[in-house]
Amino acid sequence: MTDMTADENHILRAEKITMRFGGFTALNNVSVAFPEGQLTAIIGPNGAGKSTFFNVISGAFPPSEGRIVFRGREITGTPQHRFTRLGIAKSFQITNVFPQLTALENVRFAIQCMSQRFNIWTPRNRYRVMEEQAAHLLEMVELHQHHHRLAMNLAHGEQRALEIALALACDPSLLLLDEPTAGMSPEETIVMMDLIIRLAGERTVILVEHKMKLVMGISNHLIVLHHGELLAEGTPDEVRANDEVRRVYLGQGEH
Amino acid sequence: MTLANPQEELKGSGRRLAGVVALMARHRVLAVLGFLLVFPFLLPYEALAVNILIYGLFALGFNLVFGYMGVLSFGHAAFFGLGSYATGIVIVHYGMHWFPAILVGAVAAGLGAAVIGALAIRTRGIYFAMVTLALSQCVYYLVYQLEDLSGGENGLRGVDVYDLGLPGLELTLLDPLTKYYFVFVFVALAVWLFSRILASPFGAVLEALRENEDRARACGTNVALSKWLAFVISGLFCGLAGSLNAIHLTIVPIESLHYHTSGLAVMMSLLGGMGTFFGPFVGALTFLVLEDVITLVTVHWQLFVGALFVFFILFLPRGIWGSFLRWASR
Ligand SMILES: Nc1ncnc2c1ncn2[C@@H]1O[C@H](COP(=O)(O)OP(=O)(O)OP(=O)(O)O)[C@@H](O)[C@H]1O
Ligand SMILES: [Mg+2]
Repeated sequence: MTDMTADENHILRAEKITMRFGGFTALNNVSVAFPEGQLTAIIGPNGAGKSTFFNVISGAFPPSEGRIVFRGREITGTPQHRFTRLGIAKSFQITNVFPQLTALENVRFAIQCMSQRFNIWTPRNRYRVMEEQAAHLLEMVELHQHHHRLAMNLAHGEQRALEIALALACDPSLLLLDEPTAGMSPEETIVMMDLIIRLAGERTVILVEHKMKLVMGISNHLIVLHHGELLAEGTPDEVRANDEVRRVYLGQGEH
Repeated sequence: MTLANPQEELKGSGRRLAGVVALMARHRVLAVLGFLLVFPFLLPYEALAVNILIYGLFALGFNLVFGYMGVLSFGHAAFFGLGSYATGIVIVHYGMHWFPAILVGAVAAGLGAAVIGALAIRTRGIYFAMVTLALSQCVYYLVYQLEDLSGGENGLRGVDVYDLGLPGLELTLLDPLTKYYFVFVFVALAVWLFSRILASPFGAVLEALRENEDRARACGTNVALSKWLAFVISGLFCGLAGSLNAIHLTIVPIESLHYHTSGLAVMMSLLGGMGTFFGPFVGALTFLVLEDVITLVTVHWQLFVGALFVFFILFLPRGIWGSFLRWASR
């Protein structure tokens, strides 16, 4: 997996990632490579280390050990804002937006981060393009009717959609979605899954989901984490046939 | 519509008020400057009016980090004081013209903010307040010790700028109204610049940092560098306020650097309304006028300040202007 040919069709490789919090090991020696242009799903029970893995590969904190290689370039230890500019963006498991800004301002700010970071001079409203892009993204996540509502006044499902729009603002080539359907109604979930499938048509997506059923149909590359370790990797059929996966999931009556 | 419906009327006037507030917000620079322009005629005690201009500017600069970015600094006396001393020193010891001297003051404060900011910016919350407090006290003692330059305990005396020496204009700062408008010109420029910064993309960065620092980072903001830049800009504005104060008072009291001065910025911002454009001037006005009135009646002004502070924190945390805005848009 470390030869150069593998690099060409893998957008990101995580090599022997270990993450410790104090004495607790949340990730233990996890090595995975993500094929470019595909939707990879990461599944695993609560506390398996999925979000921690996302935090590591989105640059929120450096791993205790191991390397992250993005498009053949090592980026371990790079500050998080650079990850975003390289084109790696994450939507958070727990909604994490700017509560007192409107939906449009939320997204407009995220777009602005890509080009106008320290401009203290030009009036913001001079950048019409950014506003148009923001409106476009809001439309994409079906929030076009809520431009001027404060994020904190949006319904849960709408906030989840805004969360995705924020992640999309940097036009990422690698999009990490941490349980985007968390807390959503079945109807909202269907809409969200549709959106995810559409997004996966344009860019590489990694989706964390702990409901196994939800991802089986839309992904042909699955990764199973359990207690911070890589338990299995492969196609849905391979994963389903895996004895260890069965043991972990049967215990909780397959989701 | 022959019978006036009081409910309707109330709504109508409410809407009118909201309209006025919206108009003021759209033309915030004009609104502030228009008020300050006629202010000396509303408050016929010019020395106090000048104080309000200067402390309003100080609170405005402070408000950039406190109100807009949501970071509490307890060291802004350092920038006010550095501005004062730098201007005072180049005038007293080097006979510099007042105009470059004022710029020197602002720049010196900006440099001070760059150093203090670089040291403090990686800490958060109460630690940031403590580190800035400690560093500003270092500046206090440093200036205190440099007696030859700063006058030490007695402050720096003799910052005498009377004749402005403007070609064709016989203006002297001995005339209180002239002094007011002299300071006003600088404050006006600063208010305009400030508004411009708030309206810029960087202004959005400040809001985002206040709202959700983690998300701002995830969106691609270099949080430390942005905070540092805001801190330096804030220092420049506060330094300008200090410079003007040196010329206004003709001396630089060592108290300019004392943490009590930092406390004033916090008080005035809270009183006026943190994170509002008019708040700093409303806060400075309220605070200084109250101080003036109350010290006439009692020597226990400090006690009153304490009570006022607690009252605002508990019942009007948005401050006077912030509460008014909320009320007007209800
Ligand atoms: N910052 C942190 N400090 C200490 N422990 C942490 C931290 N982040 C995560 N952990 C621990 O690491 C383990 C893995 O957490 P993580 O959030 O990655 O799980 P997860 O697979 O995303 O679970 P879930 O399905 O509930 O979201 C948990 O036991 C958690 O308590
Ligand atoms: Mg998680």
